[in-house]
Amino acid sequence: MKNLIAFFKSFLLLELLKGMSVTGRYFFARHITVEYPDEKTPQSFRFRGLHAQRRYPNGEERCIGCKLCEAVCPALAIKIEVAEREDGTRRTTQYDIDLTKCIFCGFCEESCPVDAIVETRVFEYHGEKRGDLYYTKPMLLAMGEKYEEQIALDRAADAKYR
Amino acid sequence: MEAQALHLIQWLLSQVGLWDALRGFIEPVWPVAWIVVKILVIILPIMGAVAYLTLAERKVLGFMQVRPGPNRVGYWGLLQPIADGVKLLFKEIIIPTGANKFLFVAAPVLALVPALAAWAVVPFDDGMILANVNAGLLYLLAMTSLGVYGIIIAGWASNSKYAFLGALRSAAQIVSYELAMGFALVCVLLAAQSMNLGDIVRGQHNGYGLLGWYFIPLFPMFVVYFIAGVAETNRAPFDLAEGESEIVAGFHVEYSGMGFALFFLAEYANMILISALTAVMFLGGWLPPLDIAPFNQVPGLIWMLAKMSALLFVFLWFRATFPRYRYDQLMRLGWKVFIPLTLVWVVVVAAWMQTPWWLW
Repeated sequence: MKNLIAFFKSFLLLELLKGMSVTGRYFFARHITVEYPDEKTPQSFRFRGLHAQRRYPNGEERCIGCKLCEAVCPALAIKIEVAEREDGTRRTTQYDIDLTKCIFCGFCEESCPVDAIVETRVFEYHGEKRGDLYYTKPMLLAMGEKYEEQIALDRAADAKYR
Repeated sequence: MEAQALHLIQWLLSQVGLWDALRGFIEPVWPVAWIVVKILVIILPIMGAVAYLTLAERKVLGFMQVRPGPNRVGYWGLLQPIADGVKLLFKEIIIPTGANKFLFVAAPVLALVPALAAWAVVPFDDGMILANVNAGLLYLLAMTSLGVYGIIIAGWASNSKYAFLGALRSAAQIVSYELAMGFALVCVLLAAQSMNLGDIVRGQHNGYGLLGWYFIPLFPMFVVYFIAGVAETNRAPFDLAEGESEIVAGFHVEYSGMGFALFFLAEYANMILISALTAVMFLGGWLPPLDIAPFNQVPGLIWMLAKMSALLFVFLWFRATFPRYRYDQLMRLGWKVFIPLTLVWVVVVAAWMQTPWWLW
């Protein structure tokens, strides 16, 4: 009897029709596509995009060359050289991030005691030559100056979870 | 029409004073020229329909996968087929070193020509037919079977193992499904008592409207014919000849540019043809679903095209829904299900027609 029912079920193509009813329903469903250049998905304030170096409001750079980020970086993408400035403070002479190595884990940002190295929300960037994604200290500081407002807002939003 | 068109040409030429000079040339070739005009009137819209069927397919697949489909080229993606066509036209045609050059070039043509030639006997409306032959059904069977030679030759001439596998699969598949298709058509032949496609449609005009069409008494054959048609055109879920996930692209791996485009055209032209034939033989061709005022005012051509579009949508719906058959499942379905079923139904219809309960 069970076999007979199964036979008629397959003979009448019931399962195939069931499948077609599913796709038929989805034919009228609302599209979930985000049409990227025109539409964008919302970003979190913890978004980890391109890096930036910040400055204090008085214009002094935050980074003190402690090398914690260099130590924590799992991809070995950060290279730092440190020297003493004329006023006796410890500053970096070289701070490079190789973005072709970087895995955007955010550990550098996490480890930084003075919030100097941060990751911004910028993710639409590109390089046209081999060296273009090797970010040096002036480039990182420029990024920081450009996006300081957004960076500060994001840090403030995240502050209560820290 | 023919005489009027000739008169028009005569009038136009006599306006510029050329008629007397050209008369001796135009009048003898006019019947042939008129046939060429009729062929163009059929072929050109089919080519356009093929182009836009590719867009429709991508749109329908997209919609069923909750995404919008192509929408960048022109409004709603409407220029996409043109962009694709231009791209394919300008691509290089590569002929593999080991290939049989002549057959390699001939194969796409062999695939496309039968798909277009079959349209000669398809009636679009009462009397709107290129060649009103009495053995139309036989001609169709011959033409739809010929299409497979293009595929087999393409697979063999490419000198590639994937192409050859695809061609072998295709050959076995067509042989299996051709039989079921033929028997389904025998049922139609029995019911209509004619092989003329126009007469087959007129046989379905019997006062019951929708209920008079042959898909009611021959329902299993309608389903079998359409599924065999899907198999015959190598469409999903029977696209083993292509099987892009197993044998890359099957018989047309080695083709590029316009050669590839011709196979594409042939596949879609065949789809449209199978839809047209299913509409003619089972869904009453140009007949309206109800023989009353608002319906029978609409021209028959519109009804024919509406039925074809509906069936084409089912083709795309199948593709969006079903995964590809395994090869042995395909053979099992063809030989162990369809052929016995069609054989039984031929006998049933033949017996049924001898009883007073045959209302068609």
